[in-house]
Amino acid sequence: MAEIGSFALLLALALSVYSFLAGLIALVFQANASQAQSPQLALKPAGQATSRSATSNPTLSASYDSSLAAMLRQGSERIGETARRAGIATFGAVLLASIILVICAFHDDFSIAYIFHHSNRDLPGPYKFAVLWSGQEGSLLFWSLLLAAYGFVLRLRYKTDPRLFAYASVILAGVQIFFLLLLNFAAHPFAIMQGTIPADGNGLNPLLQYPEMVIHPPMLYLGYVGFTVPFAFALGALIMKYPGEKWIQITRRWTMVTWAFLTCGVFLGAHWAYSVLGWGGYWGWDPVENASLMPWLAGTAFLHSVMMQEKRGMLKMWNMWLVFATFWLAILGTFLTRSGIISSVHAFAQSSIGDWFAWFLAITLITFLIFFFKNKSHLRSEHKLESLVSRESSFLFNNLLFVLLTFTVLWGTWFPKISELVQGNKVTVGAPFYNRVAVPVALLLLILTAVGPLLAWRKTSIESLKRNFMWPTIGAIAVAIFLMVTPQGWGSAFGLKPWRDISYFYSLMAIALSVLVTLTVASEFYRGGRVIAKHTGQGMFASMVQLTHRNTRRYGGYIVHFGVVVVIIGFAGAAFNQDKEQEMGYGDKMTLGPYTLICRSYTDDDGPNYASEWALLDVYKGGKQIGTMTPVRRFYKASQQTSTMPDIRSTLNEDLYLVFEGINPDNGHPILKAHLNALVMWIWMGVWIMLGGTILALVPNAPVPARVPAPARLERAHPAPVATGD
Amino acid sequence: MAANSSNSKQANTRRKATQTFLLCAAMLALLGTSDPATRFSEIGHRMMCICGCNQILLECNHVGCPASDGMRNELTAALNRGDSDGLVEQSFVQKYGPTVLAAPTTKGFDRAAYIMPVAALIFGFGLIVLVIRSWKNRPAPALADGLISVRGAELEQFRDQARKETDL
Repeated sequence: MAEIGSFALLLALALSVYSFLAGLIALVFQANASQAQSPQLALKPAGQATSRSATSNPTLSASYDSSLAAMLRQGSERIGETARRAGIATFGAVLLASIILVICAFHDDFSIAYIFHHSNRDLPGPYKFAVLWSGQEGSLLFWSLLLAAYGFVLRLRYKTDPRLFAYASVILAGVQIFFLLLLNFAAHPFAIMQGTIPADGNGLNPLLQYPEMVIHPPMLYLGYVGFTVPFAFALGALIMKYPGEKWIQITRRWTMVTWAFLTCGVFLGAHWAYSVLGWGGYWGWDPVENASLMPWLAGTAFLHSVMMQEKRGMLKMWNMWLVFATFWLAILGTFLTRSGIISSVHAFAQSSIGDWFAWFLAITLITFLIFFFKNKSHLRSEHKLESLVSRESSFLFNNLLFVLLTFTVLWGTWFPKISELVQGNKVTVGAPFYNRVAVPVALLLLILTAVGPLLAWRKTSIESLKRNFMWPTIGAIAVAIFLMVTPQGWGSAFGLKPWRDISYFYSLMAIALSVLVTLTVASEFYRGGRVIAKHTGQGMFASMVQLTHRNTRRYGGYIVHFGVVVVIIGFAGAAFNQDKEQEMGYGDKMTLGPYTLICRSYTDDDGPNYASEWALLDVYKGGKQIGTMTPVRRFYKASQQTSTMPDIRSTLNEDLYLVFEGINPDNGHPILKAHLNALVMWIWMGVWIMLGGTILALVPNAPVPARVPAPARLERAHPAPVATGD
Repeated sequence: MAANSSNSKQANTRRKATQTFLLCAAMLALLGTSDPATRFSEIGHRMMCICGCNQILLECNHVGCPASDGMRNELTAALNRGDSDGLVEQSFVQKYGPTVLAAPTTKGFDRAAYIMPVAALIFGFGLIVLVIRSWKNRPAPALADGLISVRGAELEQFRDQARKETDL
């Protein structure tokens, strides 16, 4: 099996190299063919003919050049088609290699070093499948597979715009070559074990033995890898000096899909950290977490600024840079995870392939810079800014803040290394740094999220802004005052006194601004729905549904904003978290917030994959039993490592989060830590809303009913066109 | 005379308001800081456990951790002695090294950690101002022959009309 896998990888490399080179040759010939054809036939002035025959007989020369150009074009098209097919076949070869690795995992083929290091006989089936992305070699193979899959879809859809897709296909093949070179020569997943074949494997990292780990890495990788496609389109459009903005529409859709995957991956990672790591939190500002956040932030900035280019032909250079930065940061994330250059608690596979990534990052940067400076004249803005109070300027500031956040995260991630280089000692850059620097920026972004949708393209009158903004502002201030004056006993977010602690101030601001965004989004739906209801006589809800269907991108975007707001409210809850640690013998009590926990039992268990210790606790609230919880600690036999499995009881108001920390060796009593984490469920609900909004934004618009223009009004005045879209 | 008296009264009121504001701000800033449990929580959340788990000292969650229990005891002892926040942090840095602090300090090169994002914000803001200026100064795009660009009051009139007709 290993030989077939190795052969499949070599074949994939050969096909990728062919796809890249043949595609490149085809594009060069096509460019030459169009050059040979157009100047001779149409533009070349008399007296500048290149050949002797042309001087004596221009008609013959033109005919000769024309047939040469046709031959060149036909030849290049054929070569280009073989390149496209080779790209498609690459997917088949990488898929074959991946399937073989998974089969080897299920067959416990410990002659393959990768399977030995990341699996064992008693590992449950789904985790054997997840072995594919659990280690370095496998995850690189998985990356390559996803890239090939994206390339497969792209090459099948080439008729959308054959020339642009041909450029994108060549760039994708270039990236694919890098990963296949790594797989074949630096991190081979089918490397054979030396000496005697072991009877059992080392097992999978216990932290990865959790159901979400079967979904989280694929989602994250679909996001990371997916950003290669917008980059390929953008670079292709830059190289070929693509006329018009169609490429940006194609790129935007791919970016939205990729962004949705990355969003899903990032938050699944947060949920996994919350449910498995057992420290009671979901985000630790670890370098690997930051690595996933950076392309997400840059991609989000691009999804906003791309509208400027589509609607107004502005920010073309900036968008080019954002697409590149997003792709580059995604690769940088993999570099951080794999190189071990920056220490992280969950860089699961570190090795020397960091050098390969460093070179690849340098090559992509240089390639991009060359084409950017060569063709940047093609990226000039078509319009000018007419007013500071406009959608355009709100996008500019939105982009400034997103890029600033990206920079802050990048800077914070690298600062320990920089400090070591400059002053000879490392420093820690943890949550307190990001809370101090990034939270105020995030609050400013929330203000822009509220204001931006109310601004019109080109110019907004102050009166209209006041009119649209007054009620949402009053609502937000009222909620803030309400939260301050209500008693704390009402729940986590009540009785908020912002002067007591800076975290309370941030939480109050976050909640008030979230209300502001929600009200502005609601008012947008209401005002649009009201107009449709007036014209059609439908009910308000039906009108709002119709409104959404008419401009799915705009209203889908608003739903995404609402999802973000719900997530932010969840984050704001962190200020009210409480925790308590206690040894719990039979019948012992622990009180935390409104909950009382009574230890009913504690025991241990033994299974084939792991042994476990667990406690059984009755949970009371207001004197009434509301459930039983069983936090567990496992000892994985193959890897000889322990892992906690917290038990979490979630409500809208708070999560009761119990961790079995260990056993007191003196008396055998379990030691438990209980966390009361406020509003955490809002985060996971918000993510679902964000994903729903993204899917909605990808749905094509419903056709707008045709209207008969009123001639009299048209004769009276010809109003300037007003952009209505997103 | 009357004007002078009025000015003096206004200045007096302003001074009193400023003093009241400063007093309130100082009281708000000092609220809760003297509570030992609050100080323990605040300082403990500004430090890292040094066992390698990469977690905040008070969030390190494994039993038998070779470091966190001892560190917490040291922190409690220091607070009982009445050490200031700065002194506690300094003694921890001396014992465990600078990585014990969860965030860079505001001294020496560490300041760069905080300065750079602010500098980036100022730079980005300046860049946006420059971009907006260059856009505003750019001549209007050329129109096809025979068409005259609509500007000024006439443009505003058309805009108002368009707003009324398309107002959602």
